[in-house]
Parts: sequence; C-alpha cells; structure tokens
Amino acid sequence: MSTFSEKTTVYQANDSSFPRELEDEAIYILREVASQFEKPAILFSGGKDSITVVRLAQKAFYPGKIPFALLHVDTGHNFPETIEYRDWLVNKLGLELHVRYVADSIKQGKVKEETGKYASRNALQTVTLLDAIEEFKFDACIGGARRDEEKARAKERIFSVRDDFGQWNAKKQRPELFDMLNGKIELGENVRVFPISNWTELDVWNYIKEEELRIPTIYFTHEREVFERDGMIWADSEFINKSEDEVPYKTQVRFRTVGDMTCTAAVASTADNLEDVIGEILSAQISERGARIDDKRSEAAMEKRKQAGYF
Amino acid sequence: MDILRIATAGSVDDGKSTLIGRLLYETNSITKDKIEALETASKRKGLDFLDLSLLTDGLIAEREQGITIDVAHIYFSTPHRKYIIADTPGHFEYTRNMVTGASNTSVSIILIDARNGVVEQTKRHFYISSMLRIKNIIVAVNKMDLVAYNQEKFEAIKTELLEIAEQVSFKEQTLQFIPISSLYGENLVRKSEETPWYEGATLLETLENFSTQNLELSTIQARFPVQHVVRPKTEEYHDYRGYAGKIASGTFLIGDLVEALPSGQISKIKTIEKFGTQLESGNAKDSIVITLEDNIDVSRGNMLVKVGEQPESRKEIIAKICWLDSQMLTVGKTYLLQHGINRVKAKITNISSVIDIKNMSLSNEAPVDGGLKLNEIGWISLKTASPIFADKYEENPANGSFILIDESGNSTVGVGFVE
Repeated sequence: MSTFSEKTTVYQANDSSFPRELEDEAIYILREVASQFEKPAILFSGGKDSITVVRLAQKAFYPGKIPFALLHVDTGHNFPETIEYRDWLVNKLGLELHVRYVADSIKQGKVKEETGKYASRNALQTVTLLDAIEEFKFDACIGGARRDEEKARAKERIFSVRDDFGQWNAKKQRPELFDMLNGKIELGENVRVFPISNWTELDVWNYIKEEELRIPTIYFTHEREVFERDGMIWADSEFINKSEDEVPYKTQVRFRTVGDMTCTAAVASTADNLEDVIGEILSAQISERGARIDDKRSEAAMEKRKQAGYF
Repeated sequence: MDILRIATAGSVDDGKSTLIGRLLYETNSITKDKIEALETASKRKGLDFLDLSLLTDGLIAEREQGITIDVAHIYFSTPHRKYIIADTPGHFEYTRNMVTGASNTSVSIILIDARNGVVEQTKRHFYISSMLRIKNIIVAVNKMDLVAYNQEKFEAIKTELLEIAEQVSFKEQTLQFIPISSLYGENLVRKSEETPWYEGATLLETLENFSTQNLELSTIQARFPVQHVVRPKTEEYHDYRGYAGKIASGTFLIGDLVEALPSGQISKIKTIEKFGTQLESGNAKDSIVITLEDNIDVSRGNMLVKVGEQPESRKEIIAKICWLDSQMLTVGKTYLLQHGINRVKAKITNISSVIDIKNMSLSNEAPVDGGLKLNEIGWISLKTASPIFADKYEENPANGSFILIDESGNSTVGVGFVE
C-alpha cells in the first residue's frame, strides 16, 4: 500500500465556524422548489439532516410559513425518541405531517419482511415512499442527503429527476450549470431535491450548534442495552434477531445518524453536549455511514437502492 | 469560514484521482473505514497499491471501466477554509460535464502528465476554463517522478501552454505552474526536495492564498432576481410584502433607489432582512428578503437593480454556447431560455460558427455542419419572446449566462454566455 506509506503534514480542520454561504445556497434552492413545483414535501426522518432542512425552510420563507408538508415514512422500527421529537417539532412550527407505514405495505403484500440475522425494513421503505408520493401527488420531495455521505451520492444533482417508477438514472442526469435549476417535469415524474448537498457532516453539526437547534436525545450520550456484532455496537431491541452468543449489556453510547433501529450502529461516547459531539467527529476514525449497516451490504449498495427509488 | 470551489480536470490516467485522494488523505478528510474499504477494493482488483480513484469513482459503470463518467463533488477543509472540488471526467465525450462542474468554481486545476506534455484535452480544459472566466488556473505537471524531476521537461510544458494562453487567456487570469507527484505527495502539501529548482508554492499553499469569487462579485453592478414574494397575510404581518432572492452581484444598502425590471417602476429599499434580522446591506450570494417603501409591481422572475445601473433590455441575443445534448442544436428551433430564474421562449436565428479547439484556431472558426453537436462550442444568435435583462458574461458572470431547455424532453440541453 505504497500511496499511504507516509503522511507528510498533519492538517486538522479545527476552525469550527459554519460557512454561511452554504445556508444562503440552501435557502435559494428551497425558494426555487416553492416556485417551480405545485406540491412539494420535505421527507422527514427526525435525523439531524432533515431537522436542518426544516430550519432552512423556516428561514427561507420567514415571516411567511413553510410552504411544504412533511412526509415521514415510518418503518415501525424507529427510536421512540425520534418520534417524540418529530411530534414536538411539527407542533411547534405548526406544520402539516403525513405519516405512512412500512407495516401497511407489508400487510398489502407489496413488500416482504426480511428474515434472518440482518433483517431490516430499511430497503422496504422505498415502496412505501413511492406509494406515498403517488397518493399525495408530490412533485418534489426535499431530502437531507449530502454528497459527502457516500460516493454514489457524490454524483447526485441538487434537482434529481425520477421517472414514473421513482428510479434514478445516473447516466441521464441533467447538467446543473451555475445556480440555474431546471425542475421542469412531465406529469407523473417527480424530483428529489437536496438543498444541503454541499454540506459535510461537520457543517451540519456546526450549523445546529450555531442555530441552537434542539435535536433528538439519542445524539447525545445515554445508557443503553447494546450488543456487539461485526465489530459494531448495536442497540438491542425487539426488532433485531440476535444469536445466542450476542449478549446484551449496558453502556454509554450515542448515535451519529438516526435511522431505523435495525440498521444504525451506536458509538461509545461520553459526549453530552454539541461541543463534545463536534470534537468527537473531528477526531473520529470512522465515517458517518460507516455506522450504517445498510451500506455495508456491498460497495454499490447505495447506488442500487437509489436506482430503485430510495433516497 | 469561507469556501473555495475548485474544478479539477485532466485526461485519462493523468493521476487526477490520486491527486484528490492525496489531498483528502493529508488533510485528514478520509476516515479509517474508508481507507479500509479502499484496501479491500484495491486487493479485489488485484492491485498491490491503494487505488485512490476508487474513492471518487462512485458509479458501478465507472468502477468497471476504470473511468470517471460524471461530475463528483468532493469536500475537504483546512483550518483556513472549506474546499469543494468538482471532479470532472477527462474523456472527450463527457466534456459537457466539465463545463457543468467548472461553472461554479473560481479555480481550475489542469493536470498534465509530465511524460506526455500538452495534449488535446489540455487545450480543451484550458479553453473551457477561460470561456467560463475562471481567474485562477493551476497547471499541475504530474508524474514528475517518472521523468526524474527533470526541470527542462517542466519548462517545455510551461512554454507550450503559455503560447496557448496567449490566444485564449484574459487580462485578469493568472496561471501558475507546479511540478508535482501525486503518488509521492511531492509539492502537494509538502514542499518537495526533489525539485530544488522550483521556487513557487505547493499546491495547497497556492489554494489557501486565493481569494474567493464572492468578493469580486460584490464589487460590480448590483442585480437582485426576485425568486419568491413573501406575503404572510397574518395579523402581525398583514400588509407585509417582501421580495425573497439571492443577490446575484453587487451590494444593496437600505435607502438605495431601485428599479424593478421589466416594469421600470422605481422605489427605495426600506429593509434588508434575513429571518427577522435587520441588515444594513446585502452582498453577492446573500439570500435575503428586501422590502420597499412603495407598493410597486414586482413578481417572481423580475429583477431589482439600482437606478442608473440598468442592464440592457435584450430580445436579440448573441452568445457563445456549449451544446450539452445528443440531439443537435439547429437554426429555427424553439427552446425555453432560463436566465437566472427567469424563463422565456427563445428561437435560434443563426449559428455563425463552431470553435475549433483542437487546433486552437479560434480566429479561423470552422464552418457549421448542419448544427451544433454534443460537446461543441459555437456562436449563435437567438431572439426571445420577451426581453431579458442580461449583462455581458465577461462583465457580470452572475447575470450573463443562461441555459436552454428542450421543451419536449424538459432536459437542459445547452449553456450560453451572453456577448
């Protein structure tokens, strides 16, 4: 491995101020969504990225109201803290919330519950999402995905056109020049919009800190029943099929991302405030999606899910 | 903290991915799990070294073919600033991506393989960077290790490229040549001991010292395209009427006399706001809300400018255009022209010439063969259904470009630069 044999200088990004240009860019994108589409919605997971998107929408239209509804695709395997947070936010900002359940898609026979040790509903939510888009006739769905998360996402446009089947075609993406966004679509097509495309995980955390945003408590250290699998810390829950040698124990952990309980790993942490969380990220040896069990399935896991209509 | 946006370009195998990988690695922007994933993937490909290109080639087809198809965005930070790299493919057939990737940047890094020198792609990249009026060009002469860090080789490439620059460069453009080896990290972050004859800065030092484009944009004539009219109609804000948008260029101050285009009505800026915060002024790239003293006719797609600084009202436009679609651009066809956020119908009235980049014979432009094809750059004339208020691209890049949208497929098919 000759390329990495010697690191010449050590650079550490220690300036924690948030680049405000990113906020201006995101607000611009959200205002374009409000003007170019008939019925846009924010895909809300209760995670820090979608919380950031809601904050940006609040700023973009102030003193007017946020002109988007929220759509939450509930796998039924959420952390209860996330649901609590979601309901608090919706109530505080007076937003319209739609929830659609993966359990219903399973009941309707549209998808089949996975079995085995790694069973998760994460991939199943695509079907529920596409059905909800059709049901509500959403022509734009705003998401908190970032290009730094994963390399298939690094190729994603800000306005990403999906066909009738919700599919992403990487080779037919529209070129995006300067800041001109082309959201023209045919009936039945929809656009996924990523206003924080150019933000990194650190940018999001610095923004949350500077804006003093409340976030779900599971982002901070807490005591939890966990067990170890494949070198990662898993939160113990009734939704996970454990083997006999996977014995749960209590320890101090926090989560770096908030996904489905079956696909989000925890990290050992003592960080109980944003300052410490940011400090941990700066010195972290593992990337954010490294704690996402769903991405570990294969090198192209994300691209394949995106082609099928996943976020 | 500010942001510097960079475009990287090079031919196949110029070592661009290795260069980016190296920058990420040295700035601590790759985490352990990503390096491990890279090791596994490199081994699977039968390589005994880390293939850093696997870091940026995100699509299955790219990894299979070992080429970069699409623009990838890559992020790293130093204590000084945040960097966004638009990594664009070096293949001829994907030139449209290069224009796309470079359109938002203020620095272009052009990679040259020291063994091969200036090739057709180098000229193309240089030409596009100049067409986009990217002020800072870094020519990174890579793989210096394979030519024994030979100074003559480096100087010869420099001389050849400077000759090309004479034809296409513009006054404000600066060119810097740096001898590097991405593989060994020479002159990237650490000054190389192999090139004692090179007295300039390393690549990262050079980047750290550039000023960002926003500063320059703020010093030219002010343009404010209105994206959205904020009318809360609540009790508290009953008569509130705010114009939301991102300042394209220049600076607006409270009290400035502004003219709304196209109506021509004049009013005075009452407030400049951002989420309830009252500002004294707004600069280029700020997303703000402006309220005016008088109730005048302003709606989405209109533009506020300072009185006495109006851009020309244009219905007939001459522009340089880069064609991005496999279906040819032909005379007589109608497209939707999007200038900033404003859309009007436009009809192509003439294609006068195609630019022959390969031979750099920019004055003897080639004749048009039926129309403009994918990846070609040419001069066109068009007329619009209603006037647009554009500046010349070279005077105001933020208000001097447009895209063409094909009304049948809705795709973005061309990008134009107003003359």
